Amino acid sequence: MARSLAGFLVLLLVVSICEAASLFQPVSDSHRSAALELFTPDHGSFKSLEETYEALRTFQIFGIEKKPDVTASACRSISETVGSSTSTSKDLFYALKANSIAECKIHETASKGIISSLNAAVSAASSLLDFYYSVGGLVLIKDQSSKDDIHLADAEGVFRSVKAFSQSDGRWRYSSSNPESSAFAAGIALETLAGIVSLASSELDQSLISTLKNDISKLFDSIEKYDDGTLYFDDKLVDGYEYQGPLSITSSVLRGLTAFAAVTTGNIDLPRDKILGLAKFFLGIGVPGDAKDFFYQIDALACLESNRQDIKFHLACRVSIPLILSLSSAVLSLTKKDSLKVRVTTVLGSNAPPLTVKLVGAFSSVSKDASLVESQELKFDQGSGLHILNDLLKSIDVGSYTFVFEVVLQEPEDEKVYVMGSQTKVPIFVTGLVKIENSEIAVLDSDLGSVESQNKLDLTAKNDVSLSANHLQKMRLSFQLTTPRGRAFRPHQAFLKLRHESKVEHIFVVGNSGKQFEIVLVKYLFFHGVNIFLDNFLGLVEKFFYLSGKYDMELTVGDAAMENSLLVAIGYIELDLPEAPEKAPRPPPQPVDPYSRYGPQAEITHIFRAPEKRPPQELSLAFLGLTILPLLGFFIGLLRLGVNMKNFPTKPIPATFAVLFHVGIGAVLLLYVFFWLKLDLFQTLKVLGFLGVFLVFVGHRILSHLAAASAKLKSA
Amino acid sequence: MAREKSSKDNAQALFHSLRSAYAATPVNLKIIDLYVGFAVFTALIQVVYMATVGSFPFNSFLSGVLSCVGTAVLAVCLRIQVNKENKEFKDLPPERAFADFVLCNLVLHLVIMNFLG
Repeated sequence: MARSLAGFLVLLLVVSICEAASLFQPVSDSHRSAALELFTPDHGSFKSLEETYEALRTFQIFGIEKKPDVTASACRSISETVGSSTSTSKDLFYALKANSIAECKIHETASKGIISSLNAAVSAASSLLDFYYSVGGLVLIKDQSSKDDIHLADAEGVFRSVKAFSQSDGRWRYSSSNPESSAFAAGIALETLAGIVSLASSELDQSLISTLKNDISKLFDSIEKYDDGTLYFDDKLVDGYEYQGPLSITSSVLRGLTAFAAVTTGNIDLPRDKILGLAKFFLGIGVPGDAKDFFYQIDALACLESNRQDIKFHLACRVSIPLILSLSSAVLSLTKKDSLKVRVTTVLGSNAPPLTVKLVGAFSSVSKDASLVESQELKFDQGSGLHILNDLLKSIDVGSYTFVFEVVLQEPEDEKVYVMGSQTKVPIFVTGLVKIENSEIAVLDSDLGSVESQNKLDLTAKNDVSLSANHLQKMRLSFQLTTPRGRAFRPHQAFLKLRHESKVEHIFVVGNSGKQFEIVLVKYLFFHGVNIFLDNFLGLVEKFFYLSGKYDMELTVGDAAMENSLLVAIGYIELDLPEAPEKAPRPPPQPVDPYSRYGPQAEITHIFRAPEKRPPQELSLAFLGLTILPLLGFFIGLLRLGVNMKNFPTKPIPATFAVLFHVGIGAVLLLYVFFWLKLDLFQTLKVLGFLGVFLVFVGHRILSHLAAASAKLKSA
Repeated sequence: MAREKSSKDNAQALFHSLRSAYAATPVNLKIIDLYVGFAVFTALIQVVYMATVGSFPFNSFLSGVLSCVGTAVLAVCLRIQVNKENKEFKDLPPERAFADFVLCNLVLHLVIMNFLG
């Protein structure tokens, strides 16, 4: 009987662990400083009244002092909007909201004008947002002005017209013409209806209120959830209006819910852990980076928080206040002998009512069956507000765990007001120093297994071992890891890196026993030890690209729970591998330093066409002489033929022409020599032009004279 | 035997007759023939030089050889035009042919000098 009960309890415990463990932190100082950064006014004023209101509300929640220039500019824009007759009900709504925090004085006539215009807006309202702004404005002006007699004329009628927008699934529509419904609109509607109830001069029909409570339950039925227990509202994408996003939708629903809860008596039937889930959703966001998101988050969390003083008065009406269990640090160190420190606060970080925290169980991530510790209570330290458990770590080893806490409120009345999850699961890391012992490296003969050379290693310092092996031998590196509690430790990462001189690297991984990689054969030889076998290099020769030579060895062992993860150089091994065959894969090209292209480039040596071999100068001169020979032969031949100058004209004019003719020809030839030596074609042609004309003239004279002379001779 | 002797005799007889016939040509034609022979020999010597040392620079070789060949050709043309036995150029005065010869040579040598490099 007892055994089955115990078994059932264990089963219950296990089932409850199905929800993932997660850590939520309440709002902290980092939120506060982020608020100051995000909500910075531009020269003291914000862009719109809506933003002014959001900034002021955020500062109010954090208790940040109101800056005078911000308040002054806010008051200016508020009075401007309030005094103007063309302000819409939306502008008035936001102006009054901002004013509820800034507390600027509104003139009597102005407030009268506001009231009348808002009343008119209520009567003329047709869509949900019209009702929201106008009713909301009236609620605000009622709080701010001294008048007590601000009432809605036909509260029930207005209530019914707003209620007309509701859908059967708990969502609301924005207007009668738009069929799309959303949860965001539901939140707005709830706020509006709460406002109507507070403005009503007489009690409203209770049936209306109860149908509204049903609608709220139906709305909460459509709540969505994540695995870690957070709950939120979301809408389908709506055309026409911008899709708001789960943060703003959930925030709007929560605002509406709390506003409604504040004005009604009696309980709203809401499962309390739904409120806790919503609180976790807002806390799980962390610190948003956008001002609007920040406002939504903080405003919603403020709805879930409250002062202790109010509780006595609104005990029955309030929405439950969630309490959050958080840890300052989720990592405990065995070497530093950390103690477990737990804090329980409200969402905004204020103190919780008196309570006790119990550690119900601690489950390791590896074996989730049995709890490693007994159920024990944490001691409450009044000064720091923390629940502390010392000496926890005596029985816990390094690794990752899930701790299960239970919170019990000390005063029974608080149970109705505060809501705490049944059990909170938190992921905890325990770290410590892991001992590395018996480390050695050896080269073995493959078949016999006999050790050829062996070196002891000290893995805490750099080693300088030098080994040599050929492809028929095995290398074995072995070491032993022990936790502080004396158990064998299996690290998350263990790599051996072999790097060749040419920077080609090979990395071998230690895997679990039974897993075999094609390259590395890994075995757990002993229960305690961790070994890496490089199975006789024969199989690995191709992986090494047949590169023989010196390989640097480096061992990396690391784990999140190890405080002394190591990366240590072991030494080098000289591998003698066979020659690469033709088709062997080449090692991959090493990555080139990408900045090397901006450095100096290689020197370019211009290779012109090699000059042709010239003949020796003597040979050329000899042939020059030979070329003159035929000319000499020509002259000799001429002499032998009996050449004479008898036909040269004797009379002076023809003689001069004859001489000039020869001189002209000589001049042209001389010109050609100069042309070859230094002149260019154009200069030559220019001179040749002149010479040519001269030569033609002279030549014509002399040759015609000669022709006439020979013709005379022939006829004679 | 007799045939060989007779062919040898024939060759000698042919050579002698050619020689005597050539001796009968006018002197101006002989001068032109001499000039042609001179040009051709010069060209030959240049070819032998090129064969010895290679054809670099080729343009120089070409211009040298072509100048010799060109002037030889022009001289042959002059010989044809001046030869009195040539009925075709009966009306052309030899001075005119000589003037053409001189002019063409000058043009040829301009081109040659340009190409010589």
